[in-house]
Order: sequence, then C-alpha cells, then structure tokens
Amino acid sequence: MTYDKNLVVSASPHDRTVKSVRSIMLDVIIALIPALIASVVFFGPRALIIEAVAVGSCVLAEYISRKIMKRSSTIGDLSAVITGLLLAFNLPVTIPIWMVVIGSIVAIVVVKQMFGGIGQNFVNPAIGGRIVLLASFPTAMSAWTKPMSWSMSNLSGVTSASPLASIHEMTADGGSVDVSLLDMLIGNRAGCIGETCAIALLIGGIYLVARKVIKPTIPLCYIGTVAVIMLIAGKGSLSFVAYELLGGGLMLGAIFMATDYTTSPITFKGKIIFAVGCGILTSLIRLFGNLPEGVSYSIIIMNILVPLIENITLPKPFGTKKEKKEADKV
Amino acid sequence: MGRIHIDGVIKPVAKVRGGVKVSHHKNTAECEVKRMPTPKQVIISMQQHIGAPCVPTVKVGDHVCVGQVIGDSDKYVSAPIHASISGTVTAIGNIKMPNGNLAEGVTIESDGEMRLYEGITPPVVENRDDFIKAIRDSGLVGLGGAGFPTHVKLNVPADKKIDTLIVNAAECEPYITVDYRECIENSWDIYSGIRDIMEFLNIDNVIIAMEDNKPKAFEILEQIIQGDSNAEGKIKIMQLESRYPQGAEKVMVLSATGRKVPPGKLPADVGCIVINVASVAFIARYLKTGKPFVSRSLTVDGMAIANPQNLRVPVGTNIADIIEYCGGFKCDPVKIIAGGPMMGVSITDINHPLAKGNNALLVLSEKDAKVFKETDCIRCGKCASVCPMSLVPTKIVRDVKAKDADSLNKDGVMVCMECGSCAYTCPAKKPLVQYMRLGKSILKEAGAKK
Repeated sequence: MTYDKNLVVSASPHDRTVKSVRSIMLDVIIALIPALIASVVFFGPRALIIEAVAVGSCVLAEYISRKIMKRSSTIGDLSAVITGLLLAFNLPVTIPIWMVVIGSIVAIVVVKQMFGGIGQNFVNPAIGGRIVLLASFPTAMSAWTKPMSWSMSNLSGVTSASPLASIHEMTADGGSVDVSLLDMLIGNRAGCIGETCAIALLIGGIYLVARKVIKPTIPLCYIGTVAVIMLIAGKGSLSFVAYELLGGGLMLGAIFMATDYTTSPITFKGKIIFAVGCGILTSLIRLFGNLPEGVSYSIIIMNILVPLIENITLPKPFGTKKEKKEADKV
Repeated sequence: MGRIHIDGVIKPVAKVRGGVKVSHHKNTAECEVKRMPTPKQVIISMQQHIGAPCVPTVKVGDHVCVGQVIGDSDKYVSAPIHASISGTVTAIGNIKMPNGNLAEGVTIESDGEMRLYEGITPPVVENRDDFIKAIRDSGLVGLGGAGFPTHVKLNVPADKKIDTLIVNAAECEPYITVDYRECIENSWDIYSGIRDIMEFLNIDNVIIAMEDNKPKAFEILEQIIQGDSNAEGKIKIMQLESRYPQGAEKVMVLSATGRKVPPGKLPADVGCIVINVASVAFIARYLKTGKPFVSRSLTVDGMAIANPQNLRVPVGTNIADIIEYCGGFKCDPVKIIAGGPMMGVSITDINHPLAKGNNALLVLSEKDAKVFKETDCIRCGKCASVCPMSLVPTKIVRDVKAKDADSLNKDGVMVCMECGSCAYTCPAKKPLVQYMRLGKSILKEAGAKK
C-alpha cells in the first residue's frame, strides 16, 4: 500500500482549541455592545457617530500603517475595532469629530503599530489616544452634557457638570449631588459616552468572565481597592463610596481597559499587584489631584510597570524550592 | 461521564495546577483488542527507545522464530529486541524513524507459521535481582508512549527507598483506549503483575490511577482487589479528574502522594515508581510464560481511517500494512500520527515500522487534523495558566528568540515535559512545544560550550 500525497508534519500537539485571537476579540466586542446601546440611549445619535468614526479610523489607520510598513494586514483580528470602541467610550459627546480621528490615529499608529502591533504595545492604545487628546484639548475633553438632553436640532445636548466633580465638592463643603444613585447605576448622568451605564458595563464584564476571556482578578481588586480607600476617605459614608465606584470611568477602566492582555501582567500575583496599584493611584488622583478623574492615568502608569511586576511575580517551576534560604546558608 | 462512587476508590491527595479539558474522542472504547493477521514482513528497529541502540545478533539469511533475540546491547539503558514473527532475515540496514533519525533495522520475511522459539521457558525468579534480570530479558519498555526500558525504572538504587508503586491507567491522551481495554480484558494479569512487583521490590502501597471517564474499569479492578484479603489497604484505586495531562508522571506522583519531583529528578527520588498498566499486565504474563515482548496493542483511529479499532500487532509491522488491514483511507489523510494527538509524532510517510512504545496510530482528515494559521502573541497568559509545571511559556519563547541560555535555565525550560497543554490552549496557535524543544537544545549547547 502506498500513498503519494504529502502529509502535514508538525510538532505536537496535534489538537488545538478552536478559540483564536479573532474569536476572543469578537467576545470583547460583544461584551461592549450593552454599553454601546446605553451610550446611544443617554447621549443620542451623536454618540453613535463618534463610535463609528473612532472604529472606522482605527481600522483604517491599522490597515494603512501595516501597508506602509509592508507587513501583513492584521485588521482581521478585530483588535482595532475594540480600540476604536474603547476610545469612543472615553470621549464626551460634544467632542469635534476631527479630534476623534486624531485620537484614533495616535492610538493605533503611535501607541500600537510603532511598537510592533498587537501584543507589543506597552500601554493600552485607547488610553494612550485619550490621554493625548486630554493633554491637547482639555476644554473639549471635559465639556459634559446632561444625558437625554439631546434633540434633533441640538445633537450635543445641554452642558452639565460631571457628577464626580460635584461629589468632590460635596465632601468639601457639604453640598449635595443632583444625580441619584439609581441614575448613577443605569447611566443617567453626565460623563464620557461609554462610561456612565454601570449596569451595561457589568453585564459585559460578567459575559467576559463567563466566556473565560478574562479572569475577575483585576476588576475585583481594582474596584475593591478604590472602595476601601474611599470608605476611609469618606469617613465611612457608604453613599460616598457608591458614587465613587459608579462615577467617572472606573467601571469601564477596571473591566475593559485594565484587563487588556497585552498591558497587564499574566501572572496571578502580578494581576493583584497591578490592580491594587491602579486602585490606589485612581483614589489618590481623585482625592488629592486637581483632575476630577484618574482612571486613565492610573492604568497607563501601571501599564508601564507591568514588565517589572511580572518579573518579580514569575511562578517557580514545578518542584523547585525557594533558593533564598539556601543562599543565606552558604 | 458522571463521578464514580465505588467503595475503596480514593481521591487525589493534592490538587494539580493547570491542565486542559481536551475532547476525549474515545471512539474505540468498546472495541475489543483484535489480533491482526501476521504481516508478510516486519522491519524491527534497533532503536526502540531513548538510550543505547541494540546491535543485531542475527545475520541476513538466518531463520528466526517468534521471541528469539535478534538485537541486544551491553549498555545499561537498553532492552533486548526479539523477533516478532517467524521467518527469514532478509536485510539489515539503515531505516528512517518517524522522528527523522536513522536507525539500524532488521527485516524479517514471514514464513507464515508464527512458530515460537524453542528456548522460551518461564523465567526462574526467586529474588529481586532475578526479577529485574527477567524484566530486562523480556525486552519490556514503558508502554505508555515514552518507551523507557522498564528494568531500568524498576531497578532503583538501594539508597532510594521506594514506598509507593503508582500504576498509571489514566490514559489522558485523547483517542487512545488500549490501556482501558487492558483493564477490562486482562484485569487479572494487571492484578498479578502488581502482586509480583510488590513481592520482589518489597513495596506495600500501590495506587492504581485512572481518569473518572472509565467507570467500567474501576468496577472490575475494585472487585478483584476486594476479593483478596491480602490486598486489603495495600492496593487502592485513585480516581482522577478527566483533565489532560493527569497521566504525566510528575503530575501523577503529586496527585497520589502530594510529593513534587524536583527538576532533573525521577519519581524514585521521592519514593515512587510510576508504571504503565499494560506494562504491569505484561510482566505477569511474562513471568508465567516466558514469552518476550513481541507484539503490542494500539488504537487505530481518526476520521480518515475506514475501520477504527484496537489491534494487537507484531512489533515492526509497517504502518501502511496496519492502515490497509483497517480498510484503508476513508478520505484523504492530512496528518498521520504515531501516538496520541497531544504528544505523538506526525509522520512523513506511511512506510514506517511500528515501535514498542507506539500506543496509537491516528489517521486524521482535514476536519480533525486542525491545521491553523499562526498569529501574533497577545500575551493572554493562557499558556502560563494551564502549565502543570508552573512555567510561563510566553516568557520562554522570548528567551528562545533572544537565545538567552541563562534566562532559559532560570525560567525552567528543562522542567517542561512537552505535554502540549500550552500550545493546545494558545489562541494565537503558536507552536509552543517546538519553542520549548528549541530552548532545551539552546541550553544544552550552551552547557556543552562551558
């Protein structure tokens, strides 16, 4: 018996999981859909336009930059779509469209592709893009509007203060917040278009954990750390803690951005250190900084520390004993 | 498969980290092992396992009988090789092994009689040394896949006290069912093999380890053990979760005893011997009959083979003959594997002789061969979370690319047992096991330079 066609020869294992980079990214996109719907509900069709422009420019920027660098196209892995969505979620509804395009280009070309593309960037591209926008156009980036205040003649809506800013004033001079906790939970408050609906973000987070895309370690440690610090800072006021947890970009950041594979540690202990660090920095910036919000800065600072955190938390190979004690004896 | 509730079945004493849930594909579980008709010709490689190759002890033109020694070596890590069919030696020369290396091979043309060698008598075994010698003479090598000479494994130096014998019936590799069949069909051989080892190696604690997807095997073995009052409390069956790689030696020692085998050491260093269940059954048969190791059971499966089944095949049978006996190809094969899908070797050509360690032959079609395109690593860390040896494969890949021997050593590449869990789970489809092997060879080269 003979068989003269070529056989595939490869190293073991010969069985592989069906999960791929693309299927994981698709899961993340699915997890972002509830928040996307909420953004349109609260901030109107202009939110959808911003999201479409951000996704479109991210994908196009990735396609063109890979072409110029003469590398194979990677838009099929859908990671640029996620960057676009996350960037858009972190913008106010009033932002000029051209700024969205600039943010997208910075995120994809400068932060991601210039460092080698997917898996190689050292900070989260969406946060990188947002921070460049925040530093370059501080006024446009903090022009908040009342939710549900848009109309066909005024797509942007009526201006308002961010509840996180007012809650800080509350602690300072005993004033009250004009947004109820229920509104904070469902997202009926001023803020970036994708960050306000905590329920939608939590649903997305639970989906990601259920699909085993992320482990709950980072979100829980991050949010937990902020809760503990705010409980102390608010002198035991639970409603203060609740406003802090639901306000700003904490939910969005903790569930979707701090869990970015590439820019978070892969070790279990490392994840805890990273998330607690994010939580401490976010709290410090909120309590003592002159910025109303600190999620983006906290995550980006911890992103930069990831290689160090990972190095000190690498697990010991099976059966190896702690070497320190032996070295001490010698 | 549900959990098994049989009295006397014990649970692992330590939890094993990592591992992957693979699809079992135990399609041949109910197929009784059939004896394949004698092939016209066998080519018996003189390199059946790691260690020293044998030197042929026959000449072209010699007539040999089943069980007659045709190759031997005076090196310690080796086992003699016997004729698997009766007939005439027609050629002795280099043959290509499935891994691409060359080895000397003895070709025997069958006379169709399968006549047993006259010199075969049951060995006289009175003490430990007789026992070890008998096992060496039998030509037995580990039947679980690695093929390490069994007498070397059992001949533990006197300074190492062995307190536990672990009989490995986990069969965690997908598709393969021959160990399961051994438990069902030759359960008494397994039992008496265990008694033999207990007696001659003076071991009082035996643990038979099986994955919980084999309820029938649990029942049969438990009945035999309970029927013997001498075995009480000495032989136990341990139920493992069906999770790859429960059958890996170090993983099994941890589950059974809670002990961790240090890097570069053997189970014997922590007081254990791990032996495959089919090897145990063979030992019992050999001590009774004296018939050396000349044939083995293997699972033939995969979407491209016409009649998947379990076969008993003479060592050295051409893989092409086995495929032909199983009805040939149902559709175009894309990949053919000697061994299981997780650790087996994919072969380049269907003309390869069967080795003693081969426990499966998988003929995969386009559907089940799963050839994926490799993409970039996204640092998801899944490889690290499934590694039973607590390694971080993605870090080792970086070390390999940098050819950094010091980091490779520190990151423990030598601890890797190439189980393939990392590569199985990798969404970017990285050939991680290949990187591990590269890492090991970089480290060996660096060591040689020093």
